[in-house]
Amino acid sequence: MIPELGHFALALALALAMAQVVTGLVGAHRADARLMGATGPLAAGVLVAVASAFACLMWAYVVNDTTVMNVVQNSHSAKPLLYKLSGTWGNHEGSMVLWVLILALCGGAVAGFGGNLPSALQARVLAILALVAVGFLGFILGTSNPFDRIWPPPLEGQGLNPILQDPGLAFHPPLLYLGYVGFAVTYAFAVAALIEGRVDAAWGRWVRPWALAAWSFLTLGIALGSWWAYYELGWGGYWFWDPVENASLMPWLAGCALLHSAIVVEKREALKTWTVFLSLLAFGMSLLGTFLVRSGVLNSVHAFANDPERGTVILILLALYIGGGFLLFAWRAQAMLPTGVFAPVSREGALVLNNLLLCSIAAVVLVGTLYPMFADLVLGEKFSVGPPFFNTAILPLAAPLIGAMGFGPMLAWKRAKLFPALQRLWWAALLGLGAFALCLMLEGQRVGPALGFAAAAWIIAAAAADIADRIALFSRPRAAWSRALGLPRAAWGGAVAHAGMGVMILGLAGMGLAVDKLQLVKPGESTRLAGLDYRLVRVVDATGPNFTARRATVEVRDGTRLVTVLEPERRSFPVARMTTTEAAIHTNWLKDLYLVLGDERDGGAVLRIHNNPLAPWIWLGAAIMALGGGISLSDRRMRVSAPAAKPALGSARA
Amino acid sequence: MIRWLFLLLLACGPAWAVNDPADQLPDARLEERARVIGRELRCMVCQNQSIEDSDADLARDLRRIVREQVAAGKSDTAVTDFVHQRYGDFVLLRPPLKLATALLWATPAVALLGGLLLIRGMRRRRAADAAPESAEELSATERARLAKLAGGHNE
Amino acid sequence: MSEAVPSPWRRRSLLLAPVAVAAVAGTGFYAMLRGMGTGTYDPRGVPSALLGKPAPDFSLPALEGAERPALGGTDLRGDRPVLLNFFASWCVPCVIEHPQLMTMMRDGVAVLGIAYKDKPEDSLGFLRRHGNPFAKLGVDQPGRVAIDYGLYGVPETYLVDKGGVVRWRWAGPITPEILAQQITPLLKRFA
Repeated sequence: MIPELGHFALALALALAMAQVVTGLVGAHRADARLMGATGPLAAGVLVAVASAFACLMWAYVVNDTTVMNVVQNSHSAKPLLYKLSGTWGNHEGSMVLWVLILALCGGAVAGFGGNLPSALQARVLAILALVAVGFLGFILGTSNPFDRIWPPPLEGQGLNPILQDPGLAFHPPLLYLGYVGFAVTYAFAVAALIEGRVDAAWGRWVRPWALAAWSFLTLGIALGSWWAYYELGWGGYWFWDPVENASLMPWLAGCALLHSAIVVEKREALKTWTVFLSLLAFGMSLLGTFLVRSGVLNSVHAFANDPERGTVILILLALYIGGGFLLFAWRAQAMLPTGVFAPVSREGALVLNNLLLCSIAAVVLVGTLYPMFADLVLGEKFSVGPPFFNTAILPLAAPLIGAMGFGPMLAWKRAKLFPALQRLWWAALLGLGAFALCLMLEGQRVGPALGFAAAAWIIAAAAADIADRIALFSRPRAAWSRALGLPRAAWGGAVAHAGMGVMILGLAGMGLAVDKLQLVKPGESTRLAGLDYRLVRVVDATGPNFTARRATVEVRDGTRLVTVLEPERRSFPVARMTTTEAAIHTNWLKDLYLVLGDERDGGAVLRIHNNPLAPWIWLGAAIMALGGGISLSDRRMRVSAPAAKPALGSARA
Repeated sequence: MIRWLFLLLLACGPAWAVNDPADQLPDARLEERARVIGRELRCMVCQNQSIEDSDADLARDLRRIVREQVAAGKSDTAVTDFVHQRYGDFVLLRPPLKLATALLWATPAVALLGGLLLIRGMRRRRAADAAPESAEELSATERARLAKLAGGHNE
Repeated sequence: MSEAVPSPWRRRSLLLAPVAVAAVAGTGFYAMLRGMGTGTYDPRGVPSALLGKPAPDFSLPALEGAERPALGGTDLRGDRPVLLNFFASWCVPCVIEHPQLMTMMRDGVAVLGIAYKDKPEDSLGFLRRHGNPFAKLGVDQPGRVAIDYGLYGVPETYLVDKGGVVRWRWAGPITPEILAQQITPLLKRFA
């Protein structure tokens, strides 16, 4: 009964969303206040309906309803409750429902908090969001119904892949989808603006928080996925340039460019056409990722079950939303006139450079990801495009970007002078050089990590210099504190996010100095790595809720002092018939001691020991970046007041 | 394909690569060289993993071959060529530079140059469209051009 | 309008560029999906690097108890094309393709076998259970010959022509369709 209710709720949501498209577009076109007024309540209705459907599916998972096909294929009664819950979205059908749920949430937010938007713009944005929802609800109902029944019900489900049974991975998809779907809102704003033929500072101020929020969630989602790979996959890797990872990185890069170019629209009413394009692009990249992961055209461990038929439907949706958006862009973007003028050396100029480099990196990732597929299709040749390519091709683009990250915030709007900015940044540059030299001195000829440390020092110091400069810390130190309190949150957010990037690069550079060792150790014996002794005490059997394991106990000593006791495991999941390794990690924030238990033989056990300097800083940095986005988002000015340059427009908005 | 399901589930999956210590080269410098070579070679049965990161049987064999040849004094390119000859371009994680990959390798430059041209075009249009009120912010040449256009330009 | 200002036509074509790129990509994706349906596009298949090249030379020991001679590279050159099949007793798809190998053997096709990374007694048991289609049989326990052939899984089958040149390779089980649609015509062509 409850699965049928869920199915019905999905169909209801589809009907409501269709109504929302009509009322929004027609209402805005005819300037009919009653029709436009109906879009908000309809959006709320869609949200309630989709949320009910999702709840029904979750219920089926919690009670392990084996008459539901989706539950049978992806769950098992012996699974811990958390993973029964996360199992709801750990499969193709359920994840699509989550996707639409988040879309409905975004629609609800635009309806609920968008009261100060011009009503026509709000109605159109809601209509476009509903249009996206219609497509994906139709897709779910037509090809991927999660509520399909199976009769007679099997006694037990087939289980969830044990490597996916992890708290980190349980929350990785929802965060990613918050990011992907958040860009649906900026997309809707862009399409609405194209229909109206008008982009102004108010538009920029509305798009930016959504871009920021989507980008922050995407940052967290990607970081969580990367962290999971690091501690779960068991060889210390954290980023593999896998097509599925790239699929999440592309919208991140486009979104990063978008949230920077939206600043220019907001403050200076320049780069409007470009910003609209980026809004379309960011969502387009999100959809492209969805297509790549779910259609089976690419070759990846992460990919969901391959189904060309589903792929065709997603491709049609893609053509509709991306193709339609771009067509509208080609047709209507002419109408947008820029007003702000700026010199090449200016804040705007730096943001243009940022966009140029970010988009070039996105292009490299896009081409690198798609190239093997198209080379196969067109030339009939098979290539692999792996980490060595991406690292080589992106470095020359990332280096100037890192340089510009320091300079940009120091430049004045409209027209700036390079020399004063240089003057304020000399010590940051000096710190960078110092870090470079220090690393070379301590670690020998390791140019890569040394460059990384230099870049990190430069970015963090430049972010600090930016804040110090704004609060006049050195020129008028006494007033600095009050000025710091008065500084707009957006300024803090930007500096924090930039510093977060620096922290992340610090982690990456540290990992460049990682060492590891593979050794067969007998109980009582010890082995040494990076100045620490690892003594294997014993290997014993252990049992978990749905697995059995072999657990090693290893004491780590620095001389005679006990640093920690590590207990790596090798787990066997009988239901899934899989074995996984559970790495034991001890971190003191300066380095991770990372230990993996391998085969047991000759009365001993194979241990793989990693000494990973600064490893946690990679994800800490990403979290700081997202935090910066959050701080920026909390800036009241962003939502309420008028842009400094055009006060007249602000009052017209109310 | 059944074969693939089978291979992916049993032989591979994301690797729990705890390799055999006996495979390592005793000389740390040679071992490091072998790792650098290995990281450029794709494990054919896994997706997007290098043979160094994978516990698949085939990856283990290739790791051994790389180490044997490094220990035998072969150069890095000779070792890579040995594997390349047998497994084709697909095994190289860094695609070889040839006609069919020219576009791939040119991407950074093409994107950057294309972007620069686009920016130049946009700046020209902006200069042409600019409202006269911001003229004091323009350079002398831009102002001259603007003055020339100020009369009839209206897009 | 002055020269420095891009013409509206150029601007319009610039604005159309995203649509064009998206359309090309979309067409490509559609072709891939179609190809996946018909089997002409396989994202997982990897062609052999040996096609059109002489088959690598090797010399492998015989499988004790199978009553077949040992296999070497010279056995691949002769008066007719041969099929070289890598198999293992632990490989499930090998069971699926085995009847097709038996059919070919009965039709007089020269099928040569290499037992890949398999204990000899297991290979022997496998052949006793399912029949022995191989005219000659080599044992490649370390899997080194397999690497010379660029093998990346079992079963894998190579067609070598009279001159000892590799003409065709199939990765995966030989189904009756593969046999009828690919192998039989190829054997005729290179006969």
